[in-house]
Amino acid sequence: MSELSAVKETISSILDRYDRDKSNLIAILQDVQAEYNYLPREAIAEVSQALDIPLSQVFSVATFFRAFSLKPRGRHSVHVCLGTACHVRGAASILQQMEKEMNVCCGDTTEDKKFTLEGVNCVGACALGPVVVVDGEYIGHVSVNKVKPLLENYD
Amino acid sequence: MNDKQQKLTSVAELEKKRQGLNKQRSSDAPMIAVCCGTGCQAYGGKKIADAFKEEIEKHGLGGKVEVKTTGCHGFCERGLLVVIRPQNYFYQRVRLEDVPEIVSETVIGGKPIERLLYESLATGEKIASEEEVPFYKKQVRLVFGDNGYIDPYEIDDYIAVGGYSAFSKVLSGMTPEQVIDEVRKAGLRGRGGGGFPADIKWQSSREAHGEPKYIICNCDEGDPGAFMDRSLMEGNPHAILEGMMIGAYAVGSSIAYIYIRNEYPLAVKNAYRAIQQAKDYGLLGKNILGSGFDLEIKINRGGGAFVCGESTALMASIEGKVGEPRPKYIHTSHKGLYNKPTVLNNVETWANVPLIINKGADWYSKIGTENSKGTKIFSLVGKINHTGLVEVPMGITLREIVYEIGGGIPGDKKFKAVQTGGPSGGCIPENLLDLPVDFDELTNAGSMMGSGAMIVMDEENCMVDIARYFLEFLEDESCGKCVPCREGLRRMREILDDITQGRGEESHLEMLEEMSEVINDGALCGLGQTAPNPVMTTLKYFRDEYKAHIQDKKCPAGVCKSLITYHIIEEKCTGCKLCVNACSYGAIEFMGKKTPVVLHQSECTKCGACKEVCKLKAIEIR
Ligand SMILES: Cc1cc2nc3c(=O)[nH]c(=O)nc-3n(C[C@H](O)[C@H](O)[C@H](O)COP(=O)(O)O)c2cc1C
Ligand code: FES
Repeated sequence: MSELSAVKETISSILDRYDRDKSNLIAILQDVQAEYNYLPREAIAEVSQALDIPLSQVFSVATFFRAFSLKPRGRHSVHVCLGTACHVRGAASILQQMEKEMNVCCGDTTEDKKFTLEGVNCVGACALGPVVVVDGEYIGHVSVNKVKPLLENYD
Repeated sequence: MNDKQQKLTSVAELEKKRQGLNKQRSSDAPMIAVCCGTGCQAYGGKKIADAFKEEIEKHGLGGKVEVKTTGCHGFCERGLLVVIRPQNYFYQRVRLEDVPEIVSETVIGGKPIERLLYESLATGEKIASEEEVPFYKKQVRLVFGDNGYIDPYEIDDYIAVGGYSAFSKVLSGMTPEQVIDEVRKAGLRGRGGGGFPADIKWQSSREAHGEPKYIICNCDEGDPGAFMDRSLMEGNPHAILEGMMIGAYAVGSSIAYIYIRNEYPLAVKNAYRAIQQAKDYGLLGKNILGSGFDLEIKINRGGGAFVCGESTALMASIEGKVGEPRPKYIHTSHKGLYNKPTVLNNVETWANVPLIINKGADWYSKIGTENSKGTKIFSLVGKINHTGLVEVPMGITLREIVYEIGGGIPGDKKFKAVQTGGPSGGCIPENLLDLPVDFDELTNAGSMMGSGAMIVMDEENCMVDIARYFLEFLEDESCGKCVPCREGLRRMREILDDITQGRGEESHLEMLEEMSEVINDGALCGLGQTAPNPVMTTLKYFRDEYKAHIQDKKCPAGVCKSLITYHIIEEKCTGCKLCVNACSYGAIEFMGKKTPVVLHQSECTKCGACKEVCKLKAIEIR
């Protein structure tokens, strides 16, 4: 009960930031995601109810955009850039190595909730390619052999 | 700087403010410009700037030498970049340890530090000044140039270099029609992809019925490999705001949006800050500079979908809906955002507007080619020595960009192709390198200008793999609304999977060509219509490579994993064990010192870790 009312309260304060205006749905969901690191089911339901938007419509927005996740995520987010510039410098092998080291598939979270591994299309630092972004920090010139030592930096 | 800026209430007050700023600042005062764009931040950015400030204080030079944190200078390959003005000493690959020496030797001693200077690839000669570095020498940095001089966080910096003077010129004596006419005479074409003339959109929205009218700046920059919009928004956001203000005035709009990718946190932050400062100065809001003109600019963060860069999908997304495009029987300039007349232009297009107003259409239209005027910023990336952002006049040849500005291909490898126009573009082979780069020439070659990504590829890049890469990207990003795109791209990608995995058949090539045509004709929006371009151009220019995959089951570039195997060259291998340790799959067996290792093909995943560590070049791909 208390957990649900906490969700209600958090959502309510986010909605107020946007004057409870339906057209800000995407920005609202972005803030919800920033709060919880993903979009919890209760939060989506709450947004739908409070803004009077059908649940199906909120879900369709939440699943359309790459930025949203419906599953809880790990403590560290690892984004492997798969943009063209990084691709021609071997990004696919970097991702393969990440999957091997973390023992997850791209898009998933490790069992110990340490990492969430995702592919992204260009983070705008193409000169440093191949690029990996961990918790918002850009790491350039990654190579297959640097993957393991890189991951060991995080706990 | 005063803490609370009084609102400026007239054009004269803005000019007075500028004069005041310029009196305080002398153009030959010593300044350390530290690049803090996203690229250079990976090398320490702000930390290095802070170290400079500390060092300056330590020498008692606080207040005399300014440390400026600027936006991207473009030469990202050599980050972190520091320019010492007024001599314009250009330091590259600067690290934290170098800071004290730079201050004592160069700032105080006036001498350049050899080690940090750029070294000519051709002659090995050290080059001291920024203008002489080949990467910059051939560029014409009209739009991008101020990035290296101003702190994007300070509106005063922009005003001091002449910022908002175009806007004040417009407010103090140009009618909206005159503004549109100037843009028409300048020949400004959209920099976001299609190259549509900006003035036609503006005019048509101006004349359209419906209120309010909207102005939108497209900073979605979905093309993977392009980052000029990010760098402009991060490094000089006020130039974009000024362009939008002028556009809004011309169109008769009082509400504008900037749509920025969520993956660009620094650009979002700097844009928010710029809007706030412009408001504080009375450059946004009600009755701007006493002219009676009102304008509000809002920011909308994208949700990370490539298709949302398309005009109608972008507008749907601003309305809080799923970003699906709609057919454009009615143009968005008549019915766009919330079904009202809307002008959407790209970041770079907006940033060109102040320049045109300030210097005049006659001056502007002298730059470039017959039908493509001005400059274009390209991101030069991939297998190229000087990776970074380059601004060049339209009409320059690809060869000049790749070899003179870009410094050629690293490591004695052979040039293979340059891909322009992103996922909608095509691959241009070596024999077309003398093509002058403008909107029409690139389209004639089967590619397009697109947003300006240029991805250079060498002999180790497989063109079939590249075609597959783009198809997979677009299949993933297709919104799924129309069948040709949703189903067609998938089938094409499956065929390319077959070819790259050794199941290719002769008939596949014709099938690819036929499907390309159908999708091109039948898809709803630009995403689908142009999606086959990478396949069509690679088929046209690199058909032999497809044939090698199909007939010989070989990938000549050594990329397609199903068609290659790694081998130890026994004569070269000394059993140093580096590769044995690097292999995470236990595929390489150590056989004793001075004895070649043995690679077990059944365990090998072809990840390439062994080849990467081998110092003796004893591992090859066959
Ligand atoms: C699939 C697709 C993606 C697009 N992505 C972008 C983009 O990221 N940035 C952009 O400025 N234009 C993009 N465009 C082009 C826009 O639809 C639009 O033409 C452009 O923003 C208009 O501005 P301009 O006339 O100044 O170029 C895209 C078009 C399509 C079809
Ligand atoms: S392609 Fe990886 S950062 Fe641009």
